[in-house]
Amino acid sequence: MHELSLISNLFEMLEEQARDKKAGKITYVKLQVGLLSGAVAELLKTAFDIYKKGTLAEGAELEIVEVPLTVLCLECGAETSKDDYILRCESCGSPDIKTVAGTELILEESGVLIE
Amino acid sequence: MKTKEVMVLKDLLGSNNKIAGEIRDKLTARGILTINLLSSPGAGKTTLLEALSDEVRPRYRMAVIEGDIETERDADRIRAKGIPAWQIQTGGACHLDARMIGRLFPEIPPDLDFLFIENVGNLVCPAGFDLGENLRLVLLSTPEGDDKPKKYPKAFTTSNGLVISKTDLVPPLPFDIDRARREALDINPRLKVFTTSSQTKAGLPELAAYLIEELKRLRGDHA
Repeated sequence: MHELSLISNLFEMLEEQARDKKAGKITYVKLQVGLLSGAVAELLKTAFDIYKKGTLAEGAELEIVEVPLTVLCLECGAETSKDDYILRCESCGSPDIKTVAGTELILEESGVLIE
Repeated sequence: MKTKEVMVLKDLLGSNNKIAGEIRDKLTARGILTINLLSSPGAGKTTLLEALSDEVRPRYRMAVIEGDIETERDADRIRAKGIPAWQIQTGGACHLDARMIGRLFPEIPPDLDFLFIENVGNLVCPAGFDLGENLRLVLLSTPEGDDKPKKYPKAFTTSNGLVISKTDLVPPLPFDIDRARREALDINPRLKVFTTSSQTKAGLPELAAYLIEELKRLRGDHA
């Protein structure tokens, strides 16, 4: 259950951002969560709802975009997306791959209300 | 009043990863190989470190950072072997993070060969946090069952090595070492797999040889 500490990092960013923009409220938050990020979308939502009480994001909605695992094969050059965790090229089976997407845990965008 | 969209694209682990990168750069510059040990509670991380120290210490210097929710017990065990050790008590947190290691940094002696970081026993959360290590080893003890790699994939996909521990207990257990190895290599074909028993010492020389090889590689010394 490390999602709470991830959400605590998120709130540090949101507060900094609200200060920068002199925003009164945060209306929505959009995260990208990779299949291999190690975080669970459902638990991030629960943690977000617990954390937001009494903050500028009290009324904010959390949107989570789940990112599948995409690997680039260094052997045959194929780039494939997959819905499993297997670090092997889908096309030729080589283990010599580079992960191009699927590990992200990113604050993509947020909406702030400026008075 | 109007709502404004703010594009951010900031990594939630950005501050952790930045600190971890700085720790790795500094330790690597000193020629220290740092190893992050992951496993569920009771897989034998501390016992492995005690047994491994007998293999490497005649020639190499090591130190250990211990992570637990409470108590000083693991660090006390390591110190009893005459090895410098620090205990981080997370007070409830399920993993170590780079900031906790960074706070200890000034105390780490500069003339080490190996720095082991024994993470909080947990096969899930620690896998998400870079501590500035050069190598990540995951332990899977035979009583846990040979089906764990695919159930807890992140610990296995982010590791460089897998240590199947407590192999001396296999005879009465339905644990198939080949199946565990296959499961792990299936999801991460680049894993180096070791089978060890800290009681009989089986497999420890091979694991020690791997770490020494990695240390030489880090120092650019292939002699």
